Amino acid sequence: MLGSATALEGAPGATKARKRHRGEALVGLTFVTPAVIVFSVFMFAPLVMTLYYSFTRYSGFGDAQPNGGANYAQIASDPLFWRSLGNTGIFALATVPLSLAGGLGLALLLNRAMPARALLRALFYVPVVVSAAAAGIVARWIFNENFGVANRILTDLGLPAVPWQTSGPAAMVSIIIMSIWSTLGFVMVVYLAGLQGIPSEVYEASALDGASRWRTTRSITWPILAPTTFFLLVYLIISTFQVFDLVIVMTGGGPANATTLLVNYAYTEGFEQQRKGYAAALGVVLYVIVLVLTLVQWRAGKRRDLA
Amino acid sequence: MSTLDAPRAQEAVTTPGGARTRAAGGTPTPTRSKKAPSRQRDQRRSGAWRLTLGIVIAAVLIFPLYWMLVTALSTPAQIYASDAALYPQAFRWENFVAPLEEYPFLRWFGNSLVIAAGSVVLTILINLAAGYAFAKLDFPLKNVLFLAIISTLMVPVQVVMIAQFQIAIGLDIVNTSAGVVLPRLAEAFGLFLSRQFFSSLPDELLEAARVDGAGAWRTFFSIALPLSKPLIAVLVIFTFMWRWNEFVWPLIVLQDTSQYTLPIGLLYLQSQFGRDYGPLMAMSLLSVIPMLVVFGIFQRFFVEGMARSGLK
Repeated sequence: MLGSATALEGAPGATKARKRHRGEALVGLTFVTPAVIVFSVFMFAPLVMTLYYSFTRYSGFGDAQPNGGANYAQIASDPLFWRSLGNTGIFALATVPLSLAGGLGLALLLNRAMPARALLRALFYVPVVVSAAAAGIVARWIFNENFGVANRILTDLGLPAVPWQTSGPAAMVSIIIMSIWSTLGFVMVVYLAGLQGIPSEVYEASALDGASRWRTTRSITWPILAPTTFFLLVYLIISTFQVFDLVIVMTGGGPANATTLLVNYAYTEGFEQQRKGYAAALGVVLYVIVLVLTLVQWRAGKRRDLA
Repeated sequence: MSTLDAPRAQEAVTTPGGARTRAAGGTPTPTRSKKAPSRQRDQRRSGAWRLTLGIVIAAVLIFPLYWMLVTALSTPAQIYASDAALYPQAFRWENFVAPLEEYPFLRWFGNSLVIAAGSVVLTILINLAAGYAFAKLDFPLKNVLFLAIISTLMVPVQVVMIAQFQIAIGLDIVNTSAGVVLPRLAEAFGLFLSRQFFSSLPDELLEAARVDGAGAWRTFFSIALPLSKPLIAVLVIFTFMWRWNEFVWPLIVLQDTSQYTLPIGLLYLQSQFGRDYGPLMAMSLLSVIPMLVVFGIFQRFFVEGMARSGLK
């Protein structure tokens, strides 16, 4: 690049522009250098290494021993992998739609003039800023089977106590509840931004046509919000596939692996069992799943836009 | 721009544009209401109904934090009483004082602060510079580099954690604050946001500076940088929050108790206190309060942050 610029310097008139261009290129390269170094060392290299490790047997010490596709073959027949994948699927299928619906509900609630609107919006957002570690710790106590306040309230209402810690499905429900709790505020804020982009004339026209509120929401608000929903869907799916901390703190993956998610399983294999190669292969599988899900959504989003 | 950025770009750029118009357009104008008194009554009733619903939801959402506080102030006997009240019956400061003396909680607090603040500073330096270059400067390999970085937007940490840890070992930063900070700088979100922001600055503005003889370097510092306060605010707030609350990477890279951050410290305390929930809740509460204070102060930026970032 610099060479070609020097070679052309002979051409009169172009010299000044060339010089400026060269200066700009230098500044540009200088400006991106820190980012490029950081991404090369801590993202591109790890991605390549992960792929390599996934075809090896590696304890983290000494050299990784290439073992062909043995890790992937083992994953295919690993009941714990399928269990954790299934758990992750159930977790995402419950968390994502409920967070979307709940967040949209909150946004619609606050989208019109009402008293204390800013305060309520802030309060709804508070769970988003609370660390999952702290949230998980208090949730573990709230959902304590014998002394927790959740069961106390349920029994006070005449409902049966729930075995939050000894029953797999109940433990999963408690984690789903906390995960929704921590994302509702974010979904609400993004939907509020989307709702505020809708001109009020649209609503006025709809009201003049005599449309009911429900009808307006379904036929006008929801379609206009489609790009927002699409963004949230992608974001929420990627983030639910990464939920790790709530599980570690609330259930440790139990009872009997009923709440072990894919990332928890990869962590256990990689850092507790020291099976780095196997964990790397699990990482690759996780990456492929997230990638495929995103592409499928993107496709669906594109088709919808064209229609 | 490839597949994944599209929705985000749209989010960051198109929606916020409307953010201001609505404030005026969404509120029913008084003139209209006066014309139809019954409608006004309807609206007031609807407002009251909404407020009630809102308060109930807020109470449910805040309950876990409230319960943290109630438990933190209770004695073990009160905690395990089957008919314990739903409000604090005692103010047992011991739950706060004893663990502070026994465990390096303040040290963890300091570690968290250093890590979050360090991450904020470095994230801003790296992303502002790179975001500006990708948006406004012309240099070799520009598009290739940008696409390569942006394509990692959706790589979950857990995918690369094994390899990142080996690299941290190689760089001898395991068990240090730098070991927590550096690898997480490779997060495409801030860079993407910065590029979006600078792209929205009009070229004419920068051209004018150049015509006046300012080089690319000076144009950045004297024109672009002063305009990027909203971007900086968003980057500061979100980076601080994410690093303060971060869990999996510090758990992997930090090994000595004295090096822990607050979330990892809490996990450790959970194993230490077992069923002694009073002090555990007290410490959890202390770990959450700084973030709540930051949120209280910068609430507007948190809530409008994503949307605002595209504004300019």
